[in-house]
Amino acid sequence: MLPGMGDDTCAITLKVNGSTLRLQVAPWTTLLDLLRERLGLTGSKKGCDHGQCGACTVLVDGVRINSCLSLAVMRDGASVTTIEGLAEGDALHPLQQSFIEHDAFQCGYCTPGQLCSAVGLIAEGHAHSEDDIRELMSGNLCRCGAYPNIVAAIGQAMRPRRDA
Amino acid sequence: MNRFGYTRAGDVAEAVHAAAGDDAAQFIAGGTNLVDLMKERIAAPSRLIDITRLPLRAVKSLPDGGLEIGALVSNSDVAYHPEVASRYPLLSQAILAGASPQLRNMASTGGNLLQRTRCYYFYDAALPCNKRAPGSGCPARDGVNRIHAILGASEHCIAVHPSDMCVALAALAATVHVTGPAGARAIEFAEFHRLPGDAPERDTTLQPGELVTAVALPREGFAAHSTYLKVRDRHSYAFALVSVAVGLRMVDGTIAEARLALGGVAHKPWRDPTAEALLRGQRPDDALFAAVGEHLVRDARGCGHNDFKIALVRRAVVRALQQAVAGGPRA
Repeated sequence: MLPGMGDDTCAITLKVNGSTLRLQVAPWTTLLDLLRERLGLTGSKKGCDHGQCGACTVLVDGVRINSCLSLAVMRDGASVTTIEGLAEGDALHPLQQSFIEHDAFQCGYCTPGQLCSAVGLIAEGHAHSEDDIRELMSGNLCRCGAYPNIVAAIGQAMRPRRDA
Repeated sequence: MNRFGYTRAGDVAEAVHAAAGDDAAQFIAGGTNLVDLMKERIAAPSRLIDITRLPLRAVKSLPDGGLEIGALVSNSDVAYHPEVASRYPLLSQAILAGASPQLRNMASTGGNLLQRTRCYYFYDAALPCNKRAPGSGCPARDGVNRIHAILGASEHCIAVHPSDMCVALAALAATVHVTGPAGARAIEFAEFHRLPGDAPERDTTLQPGELVTAVALPREGFAAHSTYLKVRDRHSYAFALVSVAVGLRMVDGTIAEARLALGGVAHKPWRDPTAEALLRGQRPDDALFAAVGEHLVRDARGCGHNDFKIALVRRAVVRALQQAVAGGPRA
C-alpha cells in the first residue's frame, strides 16, 4: 500500500521539467490539472479533456501521453516534461525552432501539445516518411489547419541539419 | 469525477484482495477509457486499485511456441515488439489502426480488452441505456444507429465492441489469463466477450474481482498471409465502422487453415467458424470470398442508419481475403 496516504490526499514525488517536487494530491486530480492549476504550467492545454484532441500532450519518462486522462497520483515517481521544459534556457528546442521556421501554427493553442507529441514521435523512431508523420501525429488536432506546415516542421527536425 | 478511494497494489494477490468484497471498486491501469468514463459520470467507482506497479509487463515465449503478453504491456509496446511484429503482424496492424500514439502509449493490453462501447447513448447519462442503467431502455434502436451492431444484437442493446486489437486476438484464437478470489483460470478469447442478450451491462464473462493478468497467443501467427482491414469515416484516429482480421495458412496455393473475425458489427469481436470452414481446403477465388462474405451476414439485421454495414461487410471480407492471400495489406 502507499505510505503517506491520508483519507483524501496522497503524497507523491514528481520530477517536473527537471525539478523534483513533493506534492499532496487528491486521487481524482488529473496530471493536466495538477500541472495547470497547482504548478502554474499552463502551456499544456485543456482542449477536450477527453483524450481526443492532444492539446494536453506531455512526456512522462520520455513517452508522450494525454495528461488529461492520467491521474497524477498514478505517476508518483515519474519524470514529466511539458512545453515549458523543452527549451534549454534561451535556446529553443530544435522542434520549436523548426515550427517557427515553417510557420507551423496559427492561433497556437494546439502547439504545446503538437511539440511534445513531436518530441515523442521522434524518440519513438517509427516515422520514416511524411505519411508516417501524418499518421503518427493523428492524435493532435489543429483547428486552424496548420497540418502541412506541422508535418514539414517535424520532417525538418528529424533530418540532421547540414549547418550543424 | 466522483470522489473515490485509492489503493496502489504491489502484486496480483494484493490487487485481488483489495477488490474482494467491494463490487464498486475497479482496477485501473492506462486509464484511457476508465478516467474518461469517470469524467462523464458513466463510471463512479468507490475505489480505484492502481495495478500499474504489478509485474505484468513482460512479453515472453511460451513452451508450446506461443507468446505471452503481460496485461500491463502498453498497446504501443505490443504493436512494435519485434516478436509480435514478425510473428503476429495481424496483431500489430490492428493495434496501430486504433486510437492515437499517445493513447496507445498509455493503454494496457488488459484494459484494451475491457474498454467499453462508444455508443453515443451509453455515453450520454441524460438518456436511457440498458448497458449503463439496466432496464431503462435502448434509444439507439430507433435513434441514430449508424455505428451500431448488425450481428448478435438483442432488443436490449445494439452496441458494438470498439477494440481493434480484440478483433485480431479473436482471429488468432488467443487465451486470456485471469486471477480472482477463486484463483487463476484461462478463458478462450471467443468466450471472453459476450453478446448482450438480456444483460447488456455485462461486456465480458469475467467474474467479480477477477483481474486480467496476461494474453497468450498460440504458436500459429499466420504471418505470411494475414491482414487487418479497417473501414472508417476518417483515414486515422477513428473507430471502425467495419473491420476484418484475416489469417490464412496456405499450402501449395491452397488455404489449409483460415481465421476470420469482424469488428464494428457486434457486441464482441465476431468470429464464425462456419465461414472459416468454407475456406478450408479451397484455392483462393473471388467468388469463394464473396460467398464467405454473404455467409457471414446471413443473419445480419440493420436498424436503419447502419444498414450499409451489411453490404460493407460483404465487400470488406472479399478485399481482406485478397490482401491476406497476397501476403498483407501492402502486398
